[in-house]
Amino acid sequence: MSVAELHGVAKRYGAIEALRGIDLTIERGELLALLGPNGAGKTTAVRILLGLASADSGTAAVFGCPPASQEAKLRRGALLQVAKVPETLRVREHIELFSGYYPNPLPLSETISAAGLKGVENRFFGDLSGGQKQRVLFALAICGNPELLFLEPTIGLDVAVRRGLWAHIRDFVSNGGSVLLTTHYLQEADALADRVAVINRGRIVAEGTPAEIKGRTGHSAGGGLEDAFMELMKENPIEEMVRI
Amino acid sequence: MTRVYWMEAKCEFLKLLRMRSYSLSTVLFPLMFYCFFGLAMGRGQVTGASMPVARYLLATYGAFAVVGATLYAFGVGIAVERGLGWLQVKRASPMPLSAYLVAKAAVSITFGAIVVALLFTLGAVFGEVRMPALQWLALAGTLICGAIPFCALGLAIGNFAGPNSAPATVNMIYLPLAFLAGLWLPIELLPPVLQRIAPFLPTWHFAQIALSVLHAPTKGTTMGHVGALAAFTMIFAGIAWLGNLRESEKMYG
Repeated sequence: MSVAELHGVAKRYGAIEALRGIDLTIERGELLALLGPNGAGKTTAVRILLGLASADSGTAAVFGCPPASQEAKLRRGALLQVAKVPETLRVREHIELFSGYYPNPLPLSETISAAGLKGVENRFFGDLSGGQKQRVLFALAICGNPELLFLEPTIGLDVAVRRGLWAHIRDFVSNGGSVLLTTHYLQEADALADRVAVINRGRIVAEGTPAEIKGRTGHSAGGGLEDAFMELMKENPIEEMVRI
Repeated sequence: MTRVYWMEAKCEFLKLLRMRSYSLSTVLFPLMFYCFFGLAMGRGQVTGASMPVARYLLATYGAFAVVGATLYAFGVGIAVERGLGWLQVKRASPMPLSAYLVAKAAVSITFGAIVVALLFTLGAVFGEVRMPALQWLALAGTLICGAIPFCALGLAIGNFAGPNSAPATVNMIYLPLAFLAGLWLPIELLPPVLQRIAPFLPTWHFAQIALSVLHAPTKGTTMGHVGALAAFTMIFAGIAWLGNLRESEKMYG
């Protein structure tokens, strides 16, 4: 059963076609990695599924509802890359506030321990390390006990923190949760994903399990997803994207 | 549901209180200016108004305080939270957008009210301002209600200004709006050419209402000023709405 879908979604920003009609389905209990280079349309696809942007054509649904609807919002969580989070609130205050948005949030102590924030819950956000900040954003994504998680790449995290986050994400999926992970961090997709959709120039250019993607491009099981990815990009050369 | 509003307001209050760039400048600037112009130099009478300077300037610095508290909280606050991605996280969450705006308004008006209370204390204790209790209350109520158009102006600035330039943008708007409307010095002291600009400024209408509560000589009628402020509020809200539209069509990655 699908929890989120895009059907024939196109989106244009001025002269730039960010999405040229993509279909994407996230099934219950799977982690789908949306993989692509910068400017491929990953962020636009996620913004549409989060209700932050609207599609020019095609349909988007989350749990069968419009992505911007309260119904959809209550059942999903999102870890987005943020340049600046209010620094003069304590970790606990941030989590309490977001938990309050949901009717049945996780107990505060559970969110704090799941995100690995025990011992720093009374610190100001501005006093945290980069990894701890990322974990607070993860806590805000899971505190509402969502069924669907949107995750952006965990760049800039040290290995230990990233592995810890991965462990929580695997737990979440094995308990029936669904995840859409957008990344250009191939190792991450390879390690976590049940299924990979490769997006380039606003189109899905390949879709399948990590093994299938590697197989499709003639790379044996020994080859990394990264080789397969480079192969796919060669078939579909990356257009110079103008970034606004 | 009301709990969300309450929590949002509580967090906004704590956030701003602990942000010294906000809490100190919002509180200290009006108090300091009132000490200089209202108390230190304020033993005389305002020309043309049979009223001590300390009392007259209580109305105008009260307005100055309220305008500052709302413009910084909305203008700088939203420009930073929107421009650096935090507002997106909130908008993707089930938080009602109205809770975000109502909390910002309630908290910035609360800061304004705190500064007004401190100004009143300074005026009464050091400036020997004496008024009937009802007049104090009427002035306080007027100053607090006058915050509304400036919440809208702050929202308009916050929806357009960049996160780094927002403080400068707010100052470029706030300080001239204050000076040219006679919030720092009685407007009669300004050159006549500048006095002619004043009726085009929302701050002037605000100050005229506050001054009329003190029975200081004013121009126009209270209803006229309220109408002008309502019109300004609509214009600013419209500009804010345009800024919001522009935001949703901005491309990311």
